[in-house]
This record gives sequence, C-alpha cells and structure tokens, in this order.
Amino acid sequence: MTILKLVFIELWKRKSQLITGLLAITLGIAVIVAIQSVSVVSEQNVARNLDNLGANILVLPQGASIDDYYTSDIDAPTLPMDYVERILTSTIAGVDNMSPKLTRRVKVGDQSVVLTGILPKSEIASKPLWQSSGLLGAELKTACAPSQSANKSHGLEDEKLKRKAIDTLNSKDCLAGSQVAKRLKLSANGRINIMGKEFNIVKILPETGTVDDDRIFANLRDVQQLLGIENQVSAIEIMGCCNAISEGLLGKLRNILPDTRITTIGQIVSTQIETNQLMKKITLIMLIIIFFVGGISIGNYIWANVNERKREIGILRMMGAERSTIYKMFLLKALILGVAGGILGYLLGTLAGVILGPYLAGIVVKPVYIYLLWSVLLSVTISLAGSLFPTYLAAKFDPHTNLQED
Amino acid sequence: MILQGENILKQYHHKGETINALDHVSFKVNKGDFVTVTGPSGSGKSTLLLALFGLIRLTSGNIIFDGKRIDNIGDRQLTDIRKKSIGYILQSFALIPYLTTIQNVMIPLALEKIPGKEQAKRAREILDYVGLSDRMEHLPRELSAGQQQRIAIARSIIHRPQIIMADEPTGNLDPTLSLEILEFLKKINRENKITIIMVTHSPVAAGYGTMKLHLNEGKIVTSGN
Repeated sequence: MTILKLVFIELWKRKSQLITGLLAITLGIAVIVAIQSVSVVSEQNVARNLDNLGANILVLPQGASIDDYYTSDIDAPTLPMDYVERILTSTIAGVDNMSPKLTRRVKVGDQSVVLTGILPKSEIASKPLWQSSGLLGAELKTACAPSQSANKSHGLEDEKLKRKAIDTLNSKDCLAGSQVAKRLKLSANGRINIMGKEFNIVKILPETGTVDDDRIFANLRDVQQLLGIENQVSAIEIMGCCNAISEGLLGKLRNILPDTRITTIGQIVSTQIETNQLMKKITLIMLIIIFFVGGISIGNYIWANVNERKREIGILRMMGAERSTIYKMFLLKALILGVAGGILGYLLGTLAGVILGPYLAGIVVKPVYIYLLWSVLLSVTISLAGSLFPTYLAAKFDPHTNLQED
Repeated sequence: MILQGENILKQYHHKGETINALDHVSFKVNKGDFVTVTGPSGSGKSTLLLALFGLIRLTSGNIIFDGKRIDNIGDRQLTDIRKKSIGYILQSFALIPYLTTIQNVMIPLALEKIPGKEQAKRAREILDYVGLSDRMEHLPRELSAGQQQRIAIARSIIHRPQIIMADEPTGNLDPTLSLEILEFLKKINRENKITIIMVTHSPVAAGYGTMKLHLNEGKIVTSGN
C-alpha cells in the first residue's frame, strides 16, 4: 500500500464521482481544443484574405511619391534591380513576399494604358543566389498566418493571380486587368500590340477593384527592354509580416536600402494587425473563461470530496499521516484527473473540430498533435490550481474533530 | 514509566465562560499497564485521550512520554510519535470504507513507508492473529461489527506501538462481542507488553484495567489498581 495506490483505489471505488470530475475537466479541455483547432484554420483563412489586400510595404526611389507609384508618370524616378537581391540575401525576417515592378503609362492604339512589368516567381526561383534565401523558391507564404501551411489546400489560380503572385509569365506573354480588357475589348488567348511589340494575352485577370484592373502585366525583362530602362524598377512591393512591421522591419529595410523611400500602406497594415489581435483576443478570452470555469468545477469536485472524506482525513492524521501526506493524496488525485482529462479532452475536442468544422465554419479541420501536450499541461494546471485551496483546508483539519464525531 | 501527566489543564471558552475540560490532572502509567478511564459523559475522558498525544493542545501542564516532554513539541514530531508509537481504536472502528480488510490494516505501515511485501507479510500475520485471515479481501461493510473492530485492533498493533489508545472500543458492540474484544485487548496487553489506555462507560470493561482512573468534571476523583 502506498499513497498513490490509495488514490487509485479511491478513484476506482468511487466511479460515479470519478466520472463527474473527469467529465468537468474533459469537457472544458475539449471546448478549448475544438475552438483552437477551428480558430487556427480560421486564422489561416483570415490571413489569406488579408494577403489578398496586397502588399503592405512599398520601396520607392528616393524622392518618389505615392502619386508617382499610382500615376506611373513617364519620368517617374526608378531604383536599381540589385535592390531586390539585397533584400533577398539579407537576414531580415518578416519579408514574406516581394514583387519588383516597373510601371509606365503607354499608348495602345489611341488608348492610354498602364503597363507594368512584373517578375514571375519561376524567374526568381531560377536564380541560385535568390533560391538560397529560401524566400521565393518556396510556395507563397501567408503574412502573419500561423505556422501551418495555409495555402497548400486552396491552390486556386484566380486567387493567386489576385495576389499578384505569378508563377510563370513568359517573354511575349501578358495578363490584362478586367477594366483595361473591357476598354480595349481584349480576350484571353488574343494578342495585343504594345509599342510595336506583339504580346499574347494569357489571361484576363479577375476584377480586384484596385488600380490593377486598369493595367496590363508583362514580364519585367520585356517591359524594361521595351521602355529602354534596363535593370531598373519603379517600386518593390513587399508583403511583410505585420508583427515584423510593428517590430521594426521598415528600419531594417532602410538600413540595407539607404537611398530609398520605404513606406507602409497604412490601412492594410492596420487591418492586418487589428484582425490578428482580434483573433488572439478571442482565443485568450475563451482560454481565460475555460480556465476559471474548469478550475472552479474541479475545485468544487475536490472540495466535495474533501468534505466527504473528512473522517478519513481525521483517521489518517490520527494514525500519523503528516499534512504533506494529505496534500499528496488530493493533489495526486487532481494530477491523475488532469492528465486523464487532458488526453480525453484533446481526443473529444479534436473529434468535435474535425466533425463540426466543415458544417459550422465551412473549413476542414485536421488534428493538431502538439495540442495533446498543451491539453495535458493546461488540464493539469487547471486541475491542480482548482484543487489547491480545498487541499490546503483538508490538510488543516484537526484530527480530533473527527474523533469527537465518533 | 512510559507516560506521565503533570498538572494537565485544558480549558475551553464558550460564550464568555471558561470551562475546565481537564482540571489539573496528574497520573503515571507504567509500561504494560492496562489503564481504564471511566466517568460520566462530559467528565473529560475523551479529552484526556486526545490531549495525551497532541490531537488537542493543553492549556498548561506537562506530558512526558518515554522520558521526554511532548506537550511542547511541534506538530511534525507529535505526528511522528503517533505514527510510530501509538495505535488507536475507536468506538466506530474508523475503517476506510473503500479499502479491503488487508488494505486497511496496512495503512500504518504505508505511512511509515515500509515496502509493500513487508506490509503484506505483516498484515497477513496480524489478521491471522485476530482470526480474520479468511476475510482479507472483504470490504468493511461486508463484515460484522465485531469483525470490523478486530480489523481496527489489527491495524492498531501492526506497527508494534508502545501504547494503544482505545476510546469506547466496545461501545457499538453487543455484550458477547464486547467480551470477545476485551479479551482480545487483554491478550495483546499480556502477550505483547503493549500499554493500553482505554476510555469506557462500561463497568465490565473497566474491570479489565490493571490501573483505573475515574474522572468527574475534569478531575481525577479516584485512581488505583
């Protein structure tokens, strides 16, 4: 006979109480796991939608204004292509995606259109030096999204195009924005002559409601050659992690690109930060609620158990059990309940998330195995925290109170 | 001499009134004595039993156990003395309801952290001694009152204490079973030289004492063999 065996026997012999106590903590943990499992996927979706807002940092030539970026004046200043390489080969964290662009207003027939040269992803990936940075050779990242790969599942081409991430854009190919396509009566697989050079229209881009709808996108090399501005770009659009922005990403970029103007697109950044903070707050609020509700439930269960076992505590104290033995008895019980509740809560919560996620939130939820560890740790913490006060009172009982009851 | 009480005073305060539960009580107990403590209800018998080994603290006076003063030592040391040197038997048996006979008997050894095999061996021997070797896996509710009290006796002697404190051990038993239990206590007292201090209302039980204390209103009114 040991104290641990005594605890197990007591748990086993009072099954109905065991089930009640276990149920309280299991349900609490299950709710947290289910919410967290669903909210992680939801956060990824939200982050993906935030990405669709576009780049949140602009690197412009020194002296250029935001107006220059949008109006694409013929004599707008430019910056060297080498700057892209500087960013890629630096150790700055938080640059999730970038897109160097050269933009100029040109004539197509009698119509004025904005021609934008962009660097397709395949071209960036083909550069060994850039590949080694591990940034653009990989699948697109989602700004500020949780670490799980959010983009693997959706893979929608239209969505990628909306995000201005073009996998391939061969020489003499171009993409047309929805408005310019309407205005010039362009269609996919058709052709367009720009400044004497023929381009194949690969796709008409879906409407985005931005200036991009009125642009024609072609390979950056073609545009540089066409405009006679070799190795120069108008701007580098960067998708920066909003947390990194608030932690000084702009300053770091300014250090490696001293003769540039680096600015954030305030509305996008603030939306991203606010949305991320909201998601974190919701999860935190749920966690606090469950912590208190779970803690009080377990505390109540242990307190009822302490009261029921007052006499037993008195007998043990009379026979020479120290206060520490009483602590051990009840805290071991709380620990066992915590571990069991954590495991069962994880299984139940994950099952609920996987089954209910598609119905309630329209998202596919997969088990997150690391949550098993967190569930057990949280459950044990709640269980022990809730049991501490009743156990303290149990250890303080005078043995003679129980003897007098006899 | 194994136990000595000197001028023991235990006062309670109730609604502004001071009550002397034990009023300057003094006595000496020798090793191997079978002490019976009698007296009317509220005379201080059980208070004396509780006060001897720190289950309640004295207002004043000294208690000397095995040559050392114990009324002024800490809770941890008193707990240690109760664990190693004292066995308790109560009127209501005080068994843990969800433990089997053998598990109940092993508890004092578990508190002393004696290895499991040794615990089981000694528990079997003691249960054989009290005639319950065929009831080792029974729960207390499955046994008669007499059998339950014999478990309590087995539990009180398994750790080889110097003193057994018995508070009305036959109070819940019929006369036949009472005699059986009293004979058993006498046997333990004689064979194992364990000192017994027994509180009782029963004149028959009091007759088993080799030393008799009679209390009234917190004072020892008669003392003798």
